[in-house]
Amino acid sequence: MSQAAVKPEDTGIPDPYSLPLDQIDMGKAELYPAQAHWAYFERLRKEDPVHFCESEEFGPYWSITKFNDIVHVDTHHHQFSSEPQIVIGDAVDFQPPMFIAMDQPKHDVQRKVVTPAVAPMALSEIEPLIRERVGNVLDSLPVGETFNWVDLVSIELTTQMLATLFDFPFEDRRKLTYWSDVAASGPQVGDNSMTEEFRLQELTKCLEAFDELWKERLAEPRKNDFISLMAHHPDMQNMDPMEYLGNLMLLIVGGNDTTRNSMSGGVVALNQNPAEFDKLRADPSLIPNMVSEVIRWQTPLAHMRRNALEDVELGGKTIKKGDKVVMWYISGNRDDDVIDRPNEFIIDRPRARHHISFGFGIHRCMGNRLAEMQLKILWEEVLKRFDKVELVGEPVRVTSNFVMGYSDLPVRLHAK
Amino acid sequence: MHIAYLYYVKKKLGRSAGRQSSYDAKGRVVVRITYVEHDGTKHEIEAPEDRSLMEVAVENMVPGIDGDCGGACACATCHVYVDDAWLSKSGEKSEMETSMLDFAEGIEKNSRLACQIKTSAALDGIVVRIPESQH
Repeated sequence: MSQAAVKPEDTGIPDPYSLPLDQIDMGKAELYPAQAHWAYFERLRKEDPVHFCESEEFGPYWSITKFNDIVHVDTHHHQFSSEPQIVIGDAVDFQPPMFIAMDQPKHDVQRKVVTPAVAPMALSEIEPLIRERVGNVLDSLPVGETFNWVDLVSIELTTQMLATLFDFPFEDRRKLTYWSDVAASGPQVGDNSMTEEFRLQELTKCLEAFDELWKERLAEPRKNDFISLMAHHPDMQNMDPMEYLGNLMLLIVGGNDTTRNSMSGGVVALNQNPAEFDKLRADPSLIPNMVSEVIRWQTPLAHMRRNALEDVELGGKTIKKGDKVVMWYISGNRDDDVIDRPNEFIIDRPRARHHISFGFGIHRCMGNRLAEMQLKILWEEVLKRFDKVELVGEPVRVTSNFVMGYSDLPVRLHAK
Repeated sequence: MHIAYLYYVKKKLGRSAGRQSSYDAKGRVVVRITYVEHDGTKHEIEAPEDRSLMEVAVENMVPGIDGDCGGACACATCHVYVDDAWLSKSGEKSEMETSMLDFAEGIEKNSRLACQIKTSAALDGIVVRIPESQH
């Protein structure tokens, strides 16, 4: 099914072609759960690919909507800074530093400290553990009954993984899910379900819990979990508490929302495209390629934001020094100048890895290989056990211009 | 005499005379590249000039080189080790390439991104080794 053909019904969202261009504000979070954003981005890519908007909510900003323009911004980090924020909204007063929102040289230093936990060598060691856990989770599911895939599978598996990456107490792992949700919510991404005060209060609890773990790890020999790697490294062990919290938020959200929503997105995509599900069942060796296609199709994080450090010409427009620039990965992944039939979900798509969901350049997702491995194992184990994961109701999507996520995915499993 | 045979003879003569370049049947320069997988499997490929070692590998299904970004020096998934004899001829690393390699796994002095090395007559015979995995 073509996503661009999805018409928002009864959402009160205007047809994008009924608006003057300068009133198109892709920061409006309500566009996304209504799936109205596809048609808006399609218009921008055609008519105004480097688009300026004076948003009431987020102030003036540029939207970059074409694949190659996004790659340009992402790879010109000397012109486009990641400081102080990598989401569209500006923080009011709560803005803990984290390396995704730092420029060189500090970004590089901190990123290198934690990378070993998710590097390919480390992953090959934990693959059997991940497979065992996936098997256990899948074996515990109620076959033939309706249940929420997001809760029992996507959240459970990503949270188990996070607990391992931090060596966080396993029985308390759902706290990680909660803190991730709090960290990735808020007015900065168009979500008004929590105030900044509430977020600060909850994340302070997160910091307290992790402070205990920090002390514990510092007293033990170094090992390959995120906390231990930071606590034992001279370049990170002197972080102040806010910077520790910022980096925790980064690592928790980075490993949580993204993979979680790709685990859910795969179910949605395969149900909307039953012929692709048939293809997959007939040839499970397509799984690695399908995983890349799911990550492209879902684009779990819709955007990343930069700030221009100098005047830059892009797409015939002049982005001025100091301007806010939003790279819409979700739009770049539907750019038919780069991706053939981009609105279609094609599990054996050639060059499926050539998508923009992980970003490009020095801030490219460092957990990309782990994400791919988790998704690959999930689908391998699903196909061993079930004939079909049937979506039996409408997916419920989260309201955000940043996280492209699901809160509810009612499914029924068909035994093999 | 068949024209292809003439080119064959020319190629042979060229080699025996110590010529740097080889040619295809249409007289175009051919650059021979050897990709060595982590397990030692060799892939000997003949490519035209002015292509990147990443593109040549991907087009010829050489496993272990992904090239996710399509050659923009922006993902570091085409990391290779260039044999010492060829390292200086393969060119200088840009600042961007150095930054991207900085985040890859198993970096050595002879690490390069294959998308940043262009085939040329001077690189005819180049040998590059592929790491166990790309990050």
